[in-house]
Amino acid sequence: MRLGLYQGVLEVKQFLRSREQVVFTLAFPVIMIIVFGSIFKGDIGPDVKFTQYFVTGMIGTGLMTAGFQSLAIQIPTERDRGVLKRFLGTPMPKWVYFAGKVLMVAFIAVLETVVLLTVATLFFGIDLPGTGAKWLTFLWVSALGITACTLCGVAFSSVARTGRSAPAVVTPVALVLQFISGVFFVFTSLPSWMQTVAGLFPLKWLCQGLRSVFLPESFGAQEPGGSFDLPMVAIVLGVWCVLALVLCLTTFKWTTKRDG
Amino acid sequence: MEPAIRVRGLRKTYQSNVAVDGVDLDVARGEVFALLGPNGAGKTTTVEILEGYRKRDAGEVSVLGEDPAHRSVRDRVGIVLQGTGEFDELTVGEVVQHFSRFYPKADDPGAVIERVGLAEKARARTHTLSGGQKRRLDVALGIIGRPELLFLDEPTTGFDPEARREFWQLIRDLQTGGTTIVLTTHYLEEAETLADRVGVIAHGRLLAVDTPARLGDRESAEATVSWGTGEKITTATPTQVIRELAETYGEIPGLTVSRPTLEDVYLKMIGHDA
Repeated sequence: MRLGLYQGVLEVKQFLRSREQVVFTLAFPVIMIIVFGSIFKGDIGPDVKFTQYFVTGMIGTGLMTAGFQSLAIQIPTERDRGVLKRFLGTPMPKWVYFAGKVLMVAFIAVLETVVLLTVATLFFGIDLPGTGAKWLTFLWVSALGITACTLCGVAFSSVARTGRSAPAVVTPVALVLQFISGVFFVFTSLPSWMQTVAGLFPLKWLCQGLRSVFLPESFGAQEPGGSFDLPMVAIVLGVWCVLALVLCLTTFKWTTKRDG
Repeated sequence: MEPAIRVRGLRKTYQSNVAVDGVDLDVARGEVFALLGPNGAGKTTTVEILEGYRKRDAGEVSVLGEDPAHRSVRDRVGIVLQGTGEFDELTVGEVVQHFSRFYPKADDPGAVIERVGLAEKARARTHTLSGGQKRRLDVALGIIGRPELLFLDEPTTGFDPEARREFWQLIRDLQTGGTTIVLTTHYLEEAETLADRVGVIAHGRLLAVDTPARLGDRESAEATVSWGTGEKITTATPTQVIRELAETYGEIPGLTVSRPTLEDVYLKMIGHDA
């Protein structure tokens, strides 16, 4: 257990010391909310400002970036540079490597969400959840969502064959998911086929779960199913966790093709 | 005591390409063994099977009495690979300290850093190190677990002559401490200086294993006597030749007597004429 913790500290240290990474990871959602919050000032429902909606999308995106995008790019890069091979040559138990990544992702996700909510509350008058029950929902939806994203990120890390091609492989997937999952636009305003496709992937459900926390109960009626449908959110995210975990266990590569 | 490494009938095939074709090898405890061979000869495949990175198709392999495919032997083995990634944003001290936690009988990180000559760089981020310094860090990570057996894959590539000599001293110190060392290298001089025995591998087969002095019948090979401006004779009886030359010249100008170098023997073995 201690090894996993040390590995996490090591990963967080590496993250915090690469300044560009820190700045971009933390600043991106904030910039997005400033841009979108300034463009769309209208209401999307009775007493629901667009920014209140948009902030849930940004939290979801932040979790996906921290879990899915960063790992699906970082792991192939480390594989290419032989970092994984080096660890494999030591007695380090394999799970320690993943524990380190999970702790790093958790650290970034919490930091990013706190920064985002602070900015949103101070400058855009976002209402934070008012009840303990809502905070609890916030907690489990985020935790389950980030778990699914992290596992998907690790699973997807085997797709890119080189570290250099990883961003090109991963970024479009992340971007398309953001557009079709109701991150930037109100989900129900999207064409229905797009909604159907998005419904297969975790980001849509993650955002929907987050909306149940930040938007009034009445807004649930505007969701595609007529409610926020939290049980379904839990099921879909849970299924993705299991699916991705199986993929991780069966397809994860420690060495490059070149290494045989 | 069982040998450090015992290999019998090792085979490895990639698709239709036979990379290792029936290699037998023993490396004794405390020995420095150098594996030589051109690129693509099966050298890396053989070593990586011993290191546990690759699976063999056939044959018996025992490393410190265990099958290297099982991770349990890692506690007692150190591996220094080529081109393994650094941890750019961490300091030398942090990286060595971190790796020390993986091993049950790890050495003191500070002492190991000192030993590889990086004491002054202990607090430097690894991305600020020079190529040679990074290589020393690799070695530090390879020996932090006090390995009984150390693999070194082309350890001094890119070193300047002085750094290479310092590195050789480090290897000798490790050997004195009882560590068995298996190294691959393209520098024949390095093999000759460090190794108790060398093995030459080509086309997936081990062509010869012997001490550097005896490899390819080097010690009994004909000597080349040269003198003057480029005149030379290859002979089995150099003393006789010199005596005759001395009668002619008195003091023989530019006299040298040479036997084939390890490089000559090696190149001949792998099918090039020197």
